[in-house]
Order: sequence, then structure tokens, then C-alpha cells
Amino acid sequence: MWQLLNRLGEGVVRELKEMGGMFLLLVDTVRWAFYPPFRLDLLFQQMEKIGVKSALVVILTGAFTGMVMALQTYYALTKFGAETMVGVTVALSMTRELGPVLTSIMVTGRAGSAMAAEIGTMRVTEQIDALYAMAVNPVRYLIVPRVLGSILVLPILTVIANFVGILGGYFIGVIVLRIDPGAFVANMEKHVELGDIYNGLIKAAVFGLILSLIGCYKGFYATKGAVGVGKATTQSVVLAAISILMADYLLTAVMF
Amino acid sequence: MIEIHDIYKSFGPQDVLKGVNLEIGEGQTTVILGRSGTGKSVLLKHIIGLIKPDKGQVIIDGTDITPLSDPKLNEMRKRFGMLFQDGALFDSMTVGENVAFPVQEHTKLADKEIAAIVAEKLDQVGLSGIEEKMPSELSGGMKRRVGLARALALNPEIVLFDEPTSGLDPIMARTIEDLIVDTQRQLGDTFVVITHNMDAAFRIAHTIAMLDGGVIVEKGSPEEFEASSNPVVRAFLEREEGKEMTE
Repeated sequence: MWQLLNRLGEGVVRELKEMGGMFLLLVDTVRWAFYPPFRLDLLFQQMEKIGVKSALVVILTGAFTGMVMALQTYYALTKFGAETMVGVTVALSMTRELGPVLTSIMVTGRAGSAMAAEIGTMRVTEQIDALYAMAVNPVRYLIVPRVLGSILVLPILTVIANFVGILGGYFIGVIVLRIDPGAFVANMEKHVELGDIYNGLIKAAVFGLILSLIGCYKGFYATKGAVGVGKATTQSVVLAAISILMADYLLTAVMF
Repeated sequence: MIEIHDIYKSFGPQDVLKGVNLEIGEGQTTVILGRSGTGKSVLLKHIIGLIKPDKGQVIIDGTDITPLSDPKLNEMRKRFGMLFQDGALFDSMTVGENVAFPVQEHTKLADKEIAAIVAEKLDQVGLSGIEEKMPSELSGGMKRRVGLARALALNPEIVLFDEPTSGLDPIMARTIEDLIVDTQRQLGDTFVVITHNMDAAFRIAHTIAMLDGGVIVEKGSPEEFEASSNPVVRAFLEREEGKEMTE
């Protein structure tokens, strides 16, 4: 019993330490982000890496999610004779929920993990120390562009996911299930508000901050060689995915 | 001139440095010698402010660097070059980009001028024309040499070497030692080298300081060091000689 309590306590202290560490890294990142000269070259490099290279994955995710949503909601809505509402259901779920969440989780897998692995390898091979020794602050050089890049790129990727998802829904609803295209689109236009889209994009930006901060933090404090880097990478993906889902609940409760 | 005053450093329950005092003379090579795991790297990292001491001062030309803020410490670091144990080259960049990196970050020189500096520094370490290679294509010895070229890129006054020959074959180790001696003679900079290799120490040092048990136990010229009656030094010298005999 005593041992169990001890372990529990240790776990809580460890988690609190990590949260504190992450918060301090965030403060440091914000501080360096506003410290001139601004490195647009590094920012664009990261935006390309995080954004352009994730585009295909995000398009595929968006398309199939929209299609399966149409298929599932059609099944339920026909029972009430409301199949023309399929479009609205797909559009609302994509813009408010699935677009930002699924995009962020896919980017976590692709780019967040890469951040942890890359920065972690730099840490264990003394490349981070080398940056310090060359009077280049690694938070400014490595972390600011990744965090800013993610915050800027995630909303753009989400717009793409939303668009492709609705297109997928239209394809299944109108072309495969033969719902009237006029009613499909008209209902969508009537019930989806600009706020649904905006709030979804704000969510995406917050998720971008979460996934990049966690990826960078885990890499930056990686220890113990290749095994440590592997562990940091896995942890960053699991922690970011869970944090995104938790933040999603909180943001939804506050915004909608 | 680098003065280390009464440096203490612990990591958790482990006391690594327990009151290190050392003066490092200008324009010469000082070797900090010691067995593996005695905290030599930790001491070296204190000199450039990568690690802050729990207690004590590191004074560079009259300025204590331990309380300095990041921007001021960075100004100080521009006077340093450092060669890390395995080179610590950025593996996402080519050799040329690696050597150019500090110059690009800290000067406003045009690309052409930077390319000329890169070529000159690579030539200085005997590796002309490998600008386009990636670090992963290089051998251990070449990585160290490129690391040295990068450390020298901003013409530093003080160059720090973290185990420059460990893990290299004897011939390559000798090449690196010769390179350190030649470069120091040519530039007249202050070199601080840490190593556990006694041979290397005797070959390159003007002054040898021995770190043991968290303190400097002996300091002097290679001749004085060899004649030392300090039991820790004697034990180290005899053990190393014994190792050589068996080799």
C-alpha cells in the first residue's frame, strides 16, 4: 500500500514537472519569437515541411471521412425521411470537429513525431550544445519556426480537409445515393454558419501549438542515446494525440 | 586568460566537480587530463557557459561569465570555437553549410565571401573540396576535422576540444594531434583540450592539468608533469605506460 502511494506520488510529481517544463519552453518560445531579427527563411522551411508535405495525407483523410460520414448519416436520416440533411451533417461535423481534429492527429503522426526525432537526435549527438557554443539559441533556431509554422499551417490544412470532406460527402450523397443535389447544397448553405468554420480553424491553430510544442519539448529533453530518442518520439505522438482530444473537448465547450 | 575559481557541480546525488581551480594561459595549449568519467567534459562545458556551476566563477579576461544573461553570454561565445567529441556536425546540412553556419549567423558577408572562408578553413584542416558531401558520408576522423574547420570559422581567440582523438585509430589520432599542434602554432590562439590519452597530452600540451576526484591534482609543463611525485599522477602515468607495453 505504502509502495503504491509512493509510486503514485512519484508519477504525479513527474507529470507536474513535465507540464512545468513545457510551460517554461512555451514562455521561452514566445520570448524568442518576438526577438528580432525574425527568421522568415526558417519559418517558411518549416511551413513547407509541416504543411505541403502533409497535404496528401490530409486530403485522403478528409475525403474518406466525408464519404463515410455521408454513408452513415444517410442510413440514420432516411429513417426519418430527412436524407436531404446529409450534406449539413457532413459539413457541420467536418468544419466543427472532424476537420481540425483529424488533420491535427495526422500531422502529429507525420510532423510532430519528426520534430521529436530530429531535435532528439540533435540533443543526443551534441548538436544542440554545438548551437549554444556557436552563440545560436536553439529555442530560437529550432523551436520557434516549428511552433509558429504549425500554428499557421494547421488552419490551412484544415480548410483543405473540410473542403475535400464535403466534396466526398457530396459524391457519396448525390452521385452514389442519389439525394437531390439542390436540396443537399441548399440545406448546407442554410445551416452552416461562418462561425462554425472560424471556430474550427481556431481549434486547428491551438492543436498546431499543442502538437509542435510537445514534439519539440520531448525531443529537446531527450536523453540516453538512440533508445531515448525512440522513446521521446513515441511519447510525443501519444501525448499530443491525447492532449488534442482533451483540448478539443474544452474548446468545444467554450466556443459553441 | 581563463580563470576557473572554486567550481562546484553536482548532478542529482553525484558530485562531479568539488572545487576546481585552474588558470589557463593565453596563446598556448592547455590539456586537461583525467580518467574517463572524472568530469572533464563537464569542466570544459563550464568554460563556454553550456553548464552553470552550483558555486564558483569562470572568468574570461576579467569578466565572470556565470551570471551573464543569454544575449551577453552569446557575445562572449562568439570569441570561442568548440570541437565536440564526435564533431557534432549538423546532419541535415552539407559539410560546406556546416562550416558556413557560424559565419552566416553572425556576419553580414556575401555568399561568395562566405564560400571563400569555407574553402580556406577546409583547406586548413586538409580537406579541400568536400563542401558538397553530407556528414554521414564522412569517416570519424574527417568529421572531427570538419568540426575543427567549423570551430575556426569565426577566427576565435579560444578553441575548446572535447576528446578530439577518442575512438579514432592510432594513425588518424596522430593526424588530429598534429593538426591541433600546427593550427595552434599558426594561429597563436588559446587551446583547451580535454583527453584521457596521456600520449596525446604530452604531444600537444604546453601545460597539462590533471583532474581527479573533482579537483585539479597537478598542473605543470609536460616535463614537470612527468617528474611529478603526486601519487595520483604517478599511478596514471604508470598505468598508461603499462597499457602501451601490452599494446
